[in-house]
Order: sequence, then C-alpha cells, then structure tokens
Amino acid sequence: MKVAESWLREWVNPDVDSQTLAHQLTMAGLAVDAVEPVAPAFAGVVVAEVRTVDAHPDAAKLQVCTVFDGMEEQRVVCGAPNVTAGKRYPFARLGAALPGGLSIRKAKLRGVESHGMLCSEVELGLGDDASGLMELPDDLEVGLDLRRALALDDNVFEIDLTPNRGDCMGIRGVAREVAVCNAIPWQAVDCSAVAPKCKDTFPVRLDDPDGCPRYLGRVIRNVSPGAATPLWMQERLRRSGVRPIDAVVDITNYVMLELGQPMHAFDLNVLKDGIVVRRAGLNETLELLDGRTVELDADTLLITDADGPVAIAGVMGGERSGIQPDTKDVFLECAFFAPAGLFGTARRYGMQTDASQRFERGVDSQLQFAAMERATALLLDIVGGEPGPVVDTVSEAHLPRRHTVSLRHSRLNALVGMDVDAEEVVSILTRLDFSLLETTGNDTHRVWTFGVPSHRFDVEREVDLIEEVVRIHGFDAVPPRLPSTALELSAIPLDRTSRGRIRSMLVDLGYQELVTYSFIDRVLQDLLDPSARAIELTNPLSSEMAVMRTNLLPGLVSALRANEARQQTRVRLFEMGRCFVPNDDVPAQPVRIGGLIAGDRMPLNWSDAATEVDFFDVKGDVERVLAIGGRGPVTFAPLDDPVLHPGQAARVLIDEEVVGRIGRLHPELEARFELRRAAFVFELDVDAVLITERRRASAVSKFPSVRRDIAVLVDRAVPAAALEACVRRAVGGCLVDFRLFDVYHGEGIDSAKKSIALGLTFQDQTRTLTDTDINALVDTAVGALETDLGARLR
Amino acid sequence: MNLESLLAEARKAIETAGDARALDAVRVKFLGKKGALTAVLKDLGRLPPAERPAAGAAINAAKEEVQSAIEARDSALKSAQLAASLESERVDVTLPGRRQSSGGLHPVTLALDRMEAIFAGAGYAVVDGPEIENDYYNFEALNIPEGHPSRAMHDTFYLSDGLVLRTHTSPVQVRVMENQAPPIRVVCPGRVYRRDDVTTRHSPMFHQLEGLVIDEGMTFADLKGTVIDFLQRFFERELRVRFRPSYFPFTEPSAEVDVQCVHCDGDGCRSCGQSGWLEVMGCGMVHPNVLEMSNIDSERYTGFAFGMGVDRLATLLYSVDDLRLFFDNDLRFLRQFN
Repeated sequence: MKVAESWLREWVNPDVDSQTLAHQLTMAGLAVDAVEPVAPAFAGVVVAEVRTVDAHPDAAKLQVCTVFDGMEEQRVVCGAPNVTAGKRYPFARLGAALPGGLSIRKAKLRGVESHGMLCSEVELGLGDDASGLMELPDDLEVGLDLRRALALDDNVFEIDLTPNRGDCMGIRGVAREVAVCNAIPWQAVDCSAVAPKCKDTFPVRLDDPDGCPRYLGRVIRNVSPGAATPLWMQERLRRSGVRPIDAVVDITNYVMLELGQPMHAFDLNVLKDGIVVRRAGLNETLELLDGRTVELDADTLLITDADGPVAIAGVMGGERSGIQPDTKDVFLECAFFAPAGLFGTARRYGMQTDASQRFERGVDSQLQFAAMERATALLLDIVGGEPGPVVDTVSEAHLPRRHTVSLRHSRLNALVGMDVDAEEVVSILTRLDFSLLETTGNDTHRVWTFGVPSHRFDVEREVDLIEEVVRIHGFDAVPPRLPSTALELSAIPLDRTSRGRIRSMLVDLGYQELVTYSFIDRVLQDLLDPSARAIELTNPLSSEMAVMRTNLLPGLVSALRANEARQQTRVRLFEMGRCFVPNDDVPAQPVRIGGLIAGDRMPLNWSDAATEVDFFDVKGDVERVLAIGGRGPVTFAPLDDPVLHPGQAARVLIDEEVVGRIGRLHPELEARFELRRAAFVFELDVDAVLITERRRASAVSKFPSVRRDIAVLVDRAVPAAALEACVRRAVGGCLVDFRLFDVYHGEGIDSAKKSIALGLTFQDQTRTLTDTDINALVDTAVGALETDLGARLR
Repeated sequence: MNLESLLAEARKAIETAGDARALDAVRVKFLGKKGALTAVLKDLGRLPPAERPAAGAAINAAKEEVQSAIEARDSALKSAQLAASLESERVDVTLPGRRQSSGGLHPVTLALDRMEAIFAGAGYAVVDGPEIENDYYNFEALNIPEGHPSRAMHDTFYLSDGLVLRTHTSPVQVRVMENQAPPIRVVCPGRVYRRDDVTTRHSPMFHQLEGLVIDEGMTFADLKGTVIDFLQRFFERELRVRFRPSYFPFTEPSAEVDVQCVHCDGDGCRSCGQSGWLEVMGCGMVHPNVLEMSNIDSERYTGFAFGMGVDRLATLLYSVDDLRLFFDNDLRFLRQFN
C-alpha cells in the first residue's frame, strides 16, 4: 500500500524525520519496504503560461513560443506537438537544474535563441509520458515554483501490510499507529453529517444479510457533469497508486484511501426500481467497468437492480450503471460486506481491486456513516448537487458483534518473558482505542477487561492483546535468553543408518549431488515412466513444471543433458528426494536415491587407457551403498523395464524384497535425448537402504582356510548368481568365501557355452580340514553344478 | 705354485668377479674340494713334520683371507645390485595419483546439514514429512481456515482432491504435536512449494527448516535467544539481529527476523536494498488455537516456532548472488563446494 507522507502528516505530525517515521512504522509491524521521493531533485522550474506559438522559420517541427514565467516574457523554442497558446506548462528557467544533471542555458536552435525549456513529465521525472508537454491546470498560479505548486517535496511510503491489519488500509489507520508510537494525539477529518437538501431516496433490499449486513445509500441530485477533480486530490490519488478518472469516482476513491472504506457511485437514472443485494442466479453475466463481460458464479455476491447485476459486491462496478461524463444524479453506495462472503471472489474473476483488497481483509463495520458523510461533503464542494438523506438498510443481527477480551497481567509477563509495567499495558491499549472496562485483582493477579474497537476485528482473545502490548512496547525491549530444559539424551537406533551416510558414500564414489524440481514437464515424465499417471498440478507455473515426478530419472537425465551441453562429458550424478506415486487414496511419497553415470570410468590419466563406464560400474556403486546396511542377500534379477536397455537392466533385491533398479538407459531414449554417451542409472528406496543389520560378533576360526579353484563349462544362459547359489546350497557352512574370477566364451570352447572360474575357500570352526575333506567338498560342489546346472568340469 | 702367488691370483679373481655366479666360481676354484688352496692343504703331509705347523697356519690364514674377501665382494655385489634395482624402480613422484574423481554435496544440503547439526547438538530431533499435504495439515490445523485472508500470502500449488503441495514445513510440526506430548523440540527440514516465478531471489520450489519448541514456561525471550544464537552460530559471526512485529496465523506474537547484512556489515549495499538488514526468517509464539487443535493444553504449555528459507541462507553463507544457480545443476558451479 502506498501512503503519501504529506497526507499522513496532515492527520498526525510527530516531530521526527521521514526515515525515523518509516522505521517507527516498520517496528510497529507495518513494514515500510521503501521510502520513495514523489519527484526527483530539480530546481528552477515554475508554472508558466504560453502566450503565443509561431512556426519556426527554419524548422518544420519546432515552434517559437512566448512564455510568461510570472516575471517576464521569454522566447522559447519548443518541439512538443501539444504546445498551445493560453495553456500552462512547467517551465525550466535559465539556470534551472533538471533531474539527471541537465542544466538549462541559453541555446540557439536552428538560428533562434531559446531562453529556457518547456518540460514534459519525463524530463521532470514525474511520469512516463514523453509524447508532449506536461499540461498544468489553468488555475495554477503562473510563476509559482512547480515543487510548491504540486507539493512535490513529499515521499511515498510503500507499506507491506500483513493480512490481519485491514484497519490500516487507509490513512486513518496508519495515522492511528503513528500517534500510538509517538504517544501523541491524531486529528481526524471532519465527517459530521451533511444536512439533506432533498428528500429523494432509492430503495435497497438485503437478500443476503450474511454477505452484506449493512448498506448505506444516498441520492445526490444535480451534480455538475464533467466537473474537474482538484489538482491536490488528483495528486494524492496518484501518489497512492490510483489513477484519477472522473470527479465523482475520484472522490469515492479518495475517501477509500483516506478512511479505508470502499464506496461505489452509480448513475441514479440508469438504476431501475431498486437495489437488491443478493447472490448470483443461473447464467447471469455482467459487463464490468474495465470492459470485460464475466459469467457470474452462483455464489458471487451482487448488487442488482430490476434489470440485473450492476456490480460485483465489493469488487467492481458494472459498465451499465457507471458514472458517465453526463451523469446528473448519483446514487452513492457505502456498504459493509463480510470478508467471509467475499473471499476468493476477486481472485476467481482475476481482479484484485483496491476495494476487494480492503473488504477481503475486513473493513470497520462502524465506518460507513462517517465515510458517507465525508464523501458527501467532498462531492458538494467539488461537483455540487443536492444530497438526499442517508438511508441505512441493515440487519443488525448479522453485523460483527462488539466484544470484550480479558488480559491477565501474569499471563502477559509469562508469555513475553519480561515484566511489563501495568500502567504501560493500559496506556498502550487505550492509545490503540481499546476501552478499559474493568480491572480486577491486584499486583500479579491483575486482570483487565477491554472493549475491542470495531476496527480491530482481528482481536479475539487474550493473546491478541498480548501481541498488541509487546509490539508497541517494542520487541527490542524483550531480553533474549536461551531455553533451559531437561537435558534429555538422543536416541541412536542401532538398526538404522542415516541418509547422510548414504550421501557420503556416493560422494566418496565420485558422485555430485543434484537438487532438481519435483514438478516436471509432462512429456519428460511420460518418456521416463510411460505407464504412470503422474499427478498433475491444477495451477502449474508453466508446462515445464506441470506434473509431479514419479521417479528420479527425469531430473538426472535432464541434468546429464544440460551438462553435456556445458562440455561436461564425464558425469556422475545423484539426487535424494521424494517421488510422487499416484495411489487410490493419498499419493505415496517415497524418498528415493537415484544416480546416473556416463562417460569415462576414471578421469583421464597417464596410467590407464580411457574406458567408458558400463553396467558393472553402476552395479558396483550400488553394491557399495547396500553394503552400508549390510543386509543380505543382495541379489540382482534381470528386469524388463521400458526405459532401460532390455539386456542391461536389473531389479535390486535385499533378502528377496525389491528395493530398486539399475540399468542402462534405453538406447532409444539416449537417442531421443541426444545423449553422447551411454547413461547408466540406479534408483533405490532410501528407507530400505537405511535399515541396518544389527551386527553381532562370532568367533574367528583358529584353523587355516584352504582355497581351491575350479573351472566349469555351462550354457551361456546360466546366470552367474545361479552358480554361487548352487555351490552354497551344496557345500554349506564350510564355504567361507566364493569368488567368481573369470568368465570366458569364444575360441576353444563350444559357442553355446561359457567357461567360469570359481575360487572356493573352505574353513572349519573346529578343526583343520584335511585334503580328503577338501576334495570331498569340491566334489560335492562340482557334482551339484553338474546336476543342477548341467555344468562340466574343465 | 707357492702360496703367495696363489693368494695374489685369488685376490685378483675375487676383485674382478662381476656377479654372484662368477664369485662362486672363484670360491670353487680356490676353496672348493678340488680347489687350489684345498690342494695346497692336502700337500701339507709331504712337508717335513717340523715345517708343517707353520705351513699349515699360513695356508689356513690364506684360506681365511680368501674366504673373507669373497664375503666382502659378495656383499659389495649385493648392495650394488640392490642399488641398481632400486634405481630402476624410481618413479616420478609428481605424477598424479590414481583415483576416482571426488564428488560433492549440493550447497543447499550442506547448509541444511549445518543447520540440523546446530539444532541436533542442543537436543532437537530432526523430523521429516510428506510434501503433498491435505488442506487440514497445510492450513486449517495452523489456524488458517478457509477464507482466511492469509491464504493469499501462500501462493499455493493445488492438486486434485483437495491436496496441495505444502507451502511450508509447518504441517510436519502439526503431525509431531498430534503424536508427541510436550516437551517437544524438533526441527523440520524439507522442500516446500509456492507459486512464485523463478527469479534471482525466488523459486517455486525451495527448502525450509522450521523449528518448534513446546514446554512449560517457554517465552518470547527464549525464542529471541534461540534465534539469535542460531544465526550467530550459522554464520560464525556476532551479527546483529532484530525482530520486527509481523503476522502469521499460527503464531502470536509473530516476528520477522532481520540479520545485519553479511555483505556490507550493515552499512547498506545493493544486497540489502541499502537498509543494512537482511530478512532471514519468520517466527513467533505458537498460537493457542494451534496448540488446542492438536490437543495440547495451551494454558499449561507455551511454545515457539521459527522457519527459515534454507536456500536463502545458503546464498548468504556461500556468497551466491542468484538463487537459480541452486537448481541449474551446472557441475561447474556445484563442484565449487566439493
């Protein structure tokens, strides 16, 4: 909200400078984000009248003007198309200093001497209009310094108001805060009743008293059509960010900015029969003041007449009943709309107006009479007319109830953590217009009962009063201290490792952590999880952030692609985060860890030939991660996954429970993403990986271990894991280590077979194994391999 | 052949033996069973008995001399050989070591870990929660009923069926309050979502860390102390901290927390909009409505809560001038934190 400092100081004028005033407001909870001067620094510019305009003898686009600057006539060469004899414009005298360091000197333009410069808005830093000179009103005194004439030595405070302080959405409310902070009185404008000059009224009926419990109406006859808004009012509107439009509309806006009460003015002669405030019916439409026609939802609160809607209550008026240049008779509306009844309306129709912002936060339910009288008085001053009586249509039962709130001194001190003096408490709250109704108890048991003023509808319970006291008393006054509490020790579960441990492992394996968006492009999501129905955002920022990821691959693949474009060809990436899997009920949101590697296995170095990563690199890394928890057996089973290479993809299992997958990205996808190198990915469920086998020591055998190597021929299709399982099953506990140390197929053996070399290490807990024992064990192993897998010893 | 010349011949042969094998041949030639000196010893019997002791002693002395000369030569040969072999094994110690490249954590993770560690050290539990939430946990249980004006503060992403992407990590605090009796001391880190355009200062997805302490006798003074202590530990500097009255539906009194600008030490610069202050978090005393919604006795217990943007604090800690860098995932940027 923009507040002109000069306007505010008319209400309350503490003896502090602008920066201090802004700081006071900020520290009272009305954050002043910026203090902007209304005009940049310039000097030597006055109001001047152009008396004659003649063509320049040597330049088609220039004119030679005679300008009266209040003291003498000057000859000025001017190129503005709108320069007109008899009009008034800002005039920079010789020696004037304009914004941007420009100083005005005598100059010859195409042979004609010019003694000063007529100025546009842009040249003075007052606006954006560079199309011509800035026109000034005819009643502005010629020769007057422009800064004085337009009151330009002023600042605009940009206040970021919190949603609870609807009461401060007007000069009046801000002035009250300034007065409280400085403990000085404030001066309200005169809102006393304006006596009616005619008896005309216009009927009003409230069909939805929940949404609109009070509606003040007043007829004003015979306003002068097309009367101009005085410059001072235009300036205040502009400084508040409101565009001047028409005198009647400007006055209603002015009262809104001043008191915080939005109003609306209708052309009385367009309204038919009477006003009814009601909810929209079926298929109703309204052409708004901004020219749009909207279809009205059934729960929209409307102002209507016999011909249909004339305004969306508290948001925007309709075109049909709006004030026109020739409007003679006005019907003024000053209503109280309940915030709850209006919530979401402005947003739904895509128009946050000054009125809707105020009604949504809440307007003082007792303010309507004052605002109506203030607006009437201003109207009579500016556009004339004969006011009728104010007609109050009200449903008292639906108006907010005035209530009282009690405050315990002890509770205040206990919550704040310091003792606030009782007199100070009462002083602060009464300055804020709370009325002290009762005091009971004494000393620390003192309890006050306060009446809540109608503008502080946000105050409902004791803690609200406590906040008021401490905010005005000053947060700075509260001495910081550290909480003291029982020193409970931490629980460190034995069967869980930390997410940090897993991240550390991947970092140590050379992976770089990513953070990618949880919402992604629908196309990307579908490519990398074709079967999922990813959850859609109903209001995404863009199509690139439209659906919730169901797995981590989209982020990893996108990052690979982006980094390849940045000449990063050797890439090792991981991300830990939630995925969002649609479900019948609430979506599942598992935390997963995913990784991707591509490019050379090792950084380019002098010692090894460069080789690219393959499936077994990513598998090795996954095995390292799974080894943290130490649960087993960890197995990898071939996996048919549409996004992975059909021959290089596996499901990852711990103790036969699926915990993730690994594999090479499907070559079709690699091509689709224009990846330069094969990408190998993994994805694991973090919760499964976090579970740790509880370790327990067993005795280390005192007897020697013996290793025997064997080589067997098996069918190419037999998976390596089957050999280990077969040998372990056959040999049992004496097998302390199983190593598969060679796989060979090709020349010298049957093309349907492969040769696999196994290193078997045997050991017993109770005795030294003899050659006979070992031979028997090896025979058992070989026998099982032959029987179960059709192996043949080489 | 006389002993003297034999000895001279042996000395020469030993000296010229170039390797262990040649030296062994010399040993055989002179000291072997059929060696020259052995032969001289065998001939001793032919001497008159009177000469035998002297001659025997001379021969033995010669044998010993040859033996020790061989041993000396052997040792010299061995050390020369070792030296040669060591020399041949010399490497260029300045060549790079053989290793996998180093990875690294994301700077937001680093900042989060730092925050969590600071709080965990004081006994706060770290709690995680879902990112898709329902209206109750994200709004209603936090004293933000339907129609509440502050809903407009949270530019919310909506999903179907009344679900939203959580706009803060506060729903996790609600879950904690529902499931745990006071005293409560938790921090809740995680991703949150608001419908803000991507700019140097804003991101539609960012990270928050919120803290919640509920116990008997918790005061606004405790909140101030905790927040100041945290900020000074996090930045490792005695920064000035100020509390400005503000409004959050779930706390009262509520405050925005500004910290002395870390770039200009509070003198005013572009980063702090010349104010000398940086807004870093919101906080307040837990609203009694919130406690009551979670069935905590609001007369007996009071509490405070605070919430900060992790990404924002990370930009300050690591001098990152553009929040977008955190989500670009440019390896050249990320590796600076390894």
